[in-house]
Amino acid sequence: MIKTQNLSKRYGDVLAVDDLSFSVAPGEVLGFLGANGAGKSTTMRMIAGFLAPSAGRVSVCGHDIEHDPVAAKACVGYLPEGAPSYGEMTVAEFLDFVADVRGLAGARRAERRRFVIERLALERVANQVIETLSKGYRRRVGLAQALLHDPQVLILDEPTDGLDPNQKHEVRRLINELSKDKLVIVSTHILEEVHEVCTRAIIIASGRIVADETPVALEARSRYHHAVTLRFDRPEQFAAARTALGGLREVAAVEADDRGLRLTAIPRSGGAVLPAVSGLIAANDWDVPELHLEAGRLDEVFRTLTQSPASAGAPARGDNTP
Amino acid sequence: MNPMWAVFRRELRGYFATPLAYVFIVIFLVLAAVFTFQVGGFFERGQADLQPFFRWHPWLYLVLIPAISMRLWAEERNSGSIELLMTLPLTTWQAVLGKFLAAWAFAGVALALTFPVWITVNYLGHPDNGAILAGYVGSLLLAGGFLAIGTCLSAATRNQVVAFVTAALVGFGFLLAGFPVVLDFVRGILPQPFVDAVASLSFLTHFDAISKGVIDLKDLVYFAALIGCWLAATALVLDMKKAE
Repeated sequence: MIKTQNLSKRYGDVLAVDDLSFSVAPGEVLGFLGANGAGKSTTMRMIAGFLAPSAGRVSVCGHDIEHDPVAAKACVGYLPEGAPSYGEMTVAEFLDFVADVRGLAGARRAERRRFVIERLALERVANQVIETLSKGYRRRVGLAQALLHDPQVLILDEPTDGLDPNQKHEVRRLINELSKDKLVIVSTHILEEVHEVCTRAIIIASGRIVADETPVALEARSRYHHAVTLRFDRPEQFAAARTALGGLREVAAVEADDRGLRLTAIPRSGGAVLPAVSGLIAANDWDVPELHLEAGRLDEVFRTLTQSPASAGAPARGDNTP
Repeated sequence: MNPMWAVFRRELRGYFATPLAYVFIVIFLVLAAVFTFQVGGFFERGQADLQPFFRWHPWLYLVLIPAISMRLWAEERNSGSIELLMTLPLTTWQAVLGKFLAAWAFAGVALALTFPVWITVNYLGHPDNGAILAGYVGSLLLAGGFLAIGTCLSAATRNQVVAFVTAALVGFGFLLAGFPVVLDFVRGILPQPFVDAVASLSFLTHFDAISKGVIDLKDLVYFAALIGCWLAATALVLDMKKAE
């Protein structure tokens, strides 16, 4: 269980994190989203106990991070941004060091060590010096270190950054697997990841929460929610459909991709266009080799929420301090 | 294992992971020999003691100890690994002490490797080995004092060069405080108690006494207090940076 209350962080005149309050329960995978500099890393650093908040409180597994930092840190596995480690050590030495500090010993230590090395596919590089490893390997070493003590809480700052698509997939699978009995907070700027691993997403802009919903609910905010996209083979049908779709009562707007001969019919808010559109296709006997119903576009929601905080109902404070 | 010893072990191994450690030890041994035999006139004096050897240690340490201490925290901050270290379940004190003790142990290894000087003087004559042991104890304490200063200044920056220079400067201040020139200057502007206070802050005053074979409790207390204060300052600096 993680709980933040009115958490704020101020760097000089800049308010990086502004009055954040939220709580996360075991079993949840919280995606932390925001543009660069929105305060994601700062928030995670405060939860992990690396930075002291300017105001507010953080409690991790019931331990206040400022009053009982060692107990709080003991139940957290943390992957800092950029996955820093000790470059001159080998992977095995580094994991041994973390195990020593975390007080892992005996059979459990051997078992956990074997588990993380195997799970993150580090067998081949276990005796290599970390600074000679590729970015992807270093990230996995960082993940291995965070998972070593089988923590109840995992805080991962951009865990898939720098990984290739296969490795990304592997890490997401790992997070899904772990999330059954753990609490995971992941920051990312890859929106598809939110859909794949998160049960909940918080979007922050200028240090404030502008959305806190399930990924599905977030997608429903998109103007593309329930929009229908059609692809045509024949340009004359494309042109005809463009006008006809625009004439439908249910359709708020039509977006056209002239080169790909694609049309997207966007519904009026809350409405559906699929029945009307399929009726139109049948009536005109168009050839439509491709048709799909959109759930919504997270990137569009993300842009709307983070670029104009005012429209999301959250006035931007702090970022325009003289 | 206590987290402090985990940090200690990692840090000590870190010194020997790079050639820097060996370069440092060689430079220290060469300079110690040059000062003892060439500048100090070890043979010309015709006395079986190690005064010419210990006399120059404060000046060697002034330049060489900051080279050991500069990386302690500045490197962690620069590479970002400090974020990892400080989010592991250990207290700031355990981290500070673990690192300091590793650096001190390293300095101790370098000092221990000067044993041929001790063998030489025993071969040539019949020195007071008790006094020599006291000299080594004093020298180790002096190294600890310089290191504690360097640890604190390393925690204040991410730049190792800055850490080196500031540590050497502050160390220089602690050396100079015992010089007659400085004391005369202080005597001219401040009453006698202040002069005594400045003099008692000096490394030289306390080190000279021990290196001559006189281990006085007040000199031991001085070095212990000095190291304690600078390490407390290190913990304070780290906590301030955390809240910055």
